[in-house]
Amino acid sequence: MKRLSVLLCSGSACQSSGALAVKQALVEALTAQGLMDEVQIVETGCMGPCELGPILLVYPDGVYYVRVKPADVGEIVTEHFLKGRPVRRLLWTAPAPEPRTIPFFARQKKIVLENCGQIDPEKIEEYIAVGGYEALAKVLTQMTPEEVIAEITKSGLRGRGGAGFPTGKKWQAVREAKGNPKYVICNADEGDPGAFMDRAILEGDPHSVLEGMAIAAYAVGAEKGYIYVRAEYPLAVKRLEVAIAQARKMGLLGTRIFETDFSFDIELRMGAGAFVCGEETALIASIEGKRGEPRPRPPYPATSGLFGKPTLINNVETFANVRHIILRGADWFAQIGTETSKGTKVFALAGQVKNTGLVEVPMGITLRELIFDVGGGVPEGRKFKAVQIGGPSGGCLPESLLDVPIDYESLKQYGAIMGSGGVIVLDDTSCMVNVAKFFLEFTADESCGKCVPCRVGLRVLLSILEKIVRGEGSEADLEELERLGRMIQATALCGLGQTAPNPVLSTLRYFRDEYLAHIRDKACPAGVCPDLIHYEIDPDLCRACDLCRRACPTGAVQGTPRNPPYRVLQDLCIRCGACLEACPFGAVRKVPGRKG
Amino acid sequence: MTVEKKVILQKFPRSPDVLLALLHALQRANPQNYLTPEDLALAAEYLGLPLSRVRDAVSFYTMFSLRPRGRHIIRVCESPNCHLAGAWSVIEELKKVLGIEVGETTPDGLFTLELTSCLGACGVAPVMMVDEEVFGNLTPERVREIVRRLREEG
Repeated sequence: MKRLSVLLCSGSACQSSGALAVKQALVEALTAQGLMDEVQIVETGCMGPCELGPILLVYPDGVYYVRVKPADVGEIVTEHFLKGRPVRRLLWTAPAPEPRTIPFFARQKKIVLENCGQIDPEKIEEYIAVGGYEALAKVLTQMTPEEVIAEITKSGLRGRGGAGFPTGKKWQAVREAKGNPKYVICNADEGDPGAFMDRAILEGDPHSVLEGMAIAAYAVGAEKGYIYVRAEYPLAVKRLEVAIAQARKMGLLGTRIFETDFSFDIELRMGAGAFVCGEETALIASIEGKRGEPRPRPPYPATSGLFGKPTLINNVETFANVRHIILRGADWFAQIGTETSKGTKVFALAGQVKNTGLVEVPMGITLRELIFDVGGGVPEGRKFKAVQIGGPSGGCLPESLLDVPIDYESLKQYGAIMGSGGVIVLDDTSCMVNVAKFFLEFTADESCGKCVPCRVGLRVLLSILEKIVRGEGSEADLEELERLGRMIQATALCGLGQTAPNPVLSTLRYFRDEYLAHIRDKACPAGVCPDLIHYEIDPDLCRACDLCRRACPTGAVQGTPRNPPYRVLQDLCIRCGACLEACPFGAVRKVPGRKG
Repeated sequence: MTVEKKVILQKFPRSPDVLLALLHALQRANPQNYLTPEDLALAAEYLGLPLSRVRDAVSFYTMFSLRPRGRHIIRVCESPNCHLAGAWSVIEELKKVLGIEVGETTPDGLFTLELTSCLGACGVAPVMMVDEEVFGNLTPERVREIVRRLREEG
């Protein structure tokens, strides 16, 4: 028995900020102090607050050390591990608190992320020690496939990939579909920018996904499964490979699992850089080794999917929920959340918010609670403006809608979507027209080109937005944006095109004033769009230090050293902002509106 | 066909659905990180597919290249979170240190500079991936340091 356990977050984000160097330093320091027999180091998956990495969680004390550098490790070992005095300057919140009282965690409810950051994802023994594969054993030995489907249906679980289709209903459809063999696919092609919950689950608790898939396979009558994972996630690929190999070795994948007649094995397939492959029919085409283009539905994959056979396709987070429902019961799951949306949802908090990272909250929590309680609100001195929710196809909601509960229906009603769970908080320095344009550039770029509404329609929407940010838009353009946006929603072939106009339509709905300012006043109120701002030098603050003149790449700043004020020649200015950055006295100002 | 390529092919069943995995393996085996016309023909013949079908797939996915690339591929994330956190300054710095534009390869054949979709490490934005390693919390200084180290390693 070790005296102390040091959990070291080894998710992608912490690795990229130096977790492995910290581990090496830790091993060296423990060896030097002769503590290797007393202290256990566990490399875990994502703990959530990525911006604070590298992170150490020390048990039994339950204290978090954040932003740890290799040079800090010696002090932690000698002071804390040897003398029992936690190093205050490195603690998340001093003095050492009970982790659950940290506001970031207090409002969270961890179900699918329960093991992430708590166990070593490369050791199947650790997963089994916390109840892993018990749910699979239970369904194989005590439940019929029909009972499993009834339990999932009763729980109210809905697809976490974005659309929110009832999971039990999908399983039922595949079970009833005629054709053999049947397949189970895990959609791990997490492409939404800013969403990384699936990566965290795959890296932090890969067996929970394998177990969920095996239970699903038993329920629908499949013997073969595929996980389609992005090539951009090499660490997730590696951990899945390890997990699959370990599960096979222990007989938890393969033939006659738990000495029953049930056999199931999983193959890993990698993408090759195409966002649209997250759409289920495109993903299936890609697994078949073809171009990842979507096709019209019906037929749905449930009846004609992979290789034309009945196929169940669910998202990573959906599968990760399954074992909990089986073990703790549908009733337990159904009491979490709202009338129509049960359980929890993992969100990736990002943007202008104090605490960024991965959080899991019960459905029905309000946007305000998510952003201000869990996320800690916008940084000091800034003002909240909007929240962009649901990924590039999501919508932007204003402050007046902060008390909307987060569930599939409410978000849709107000023009956003649950999507994969990306949440980007925007403050008053963001231009909503520019934000809409940014997301549209993404979806237009990722359009596979198969159907006209998406291929051409998104380009036209984008060209109108470009016109507006240049200051050349008209009010008739706004009506055209709305008309065309609704047409694309109604006619595009797949989910990518059908949801791509959301950022434009929702910003038009809630931030029309900003569009009008760009059109009527030729001004960008947030000071973002370079064609609709200008720079001025405040004569009272200018000290004629000459730094701005030297920083200007076009000779647009004029003045003589020690002879204030300087001024900006608007005709020559390209509005790059170099003068503003150079000025040590705050004399250069960015002003909305054109000049010159 | 070289022995090396034969070894790669034999790891895969002769089933058309392994095409992408096979192409990934062939591309990785090439020090210049691209698929040669010979590779495409090999894949087609081995899997019993028309060459047009292989080219059709290759042209769809951004991670496959039909032109020679550098030994190391630097991919900077261009997603919103990284963009907001200053990815452009990272890209500018890389262009400057490497002396190339996005999409180009350095004359010594060491680096290709590319952009990528979200790497899912948004908490430490801006982020880039060099081959299979992710680097976060990037600043122009850190970028210079990473490139310098890679140059030393060769």
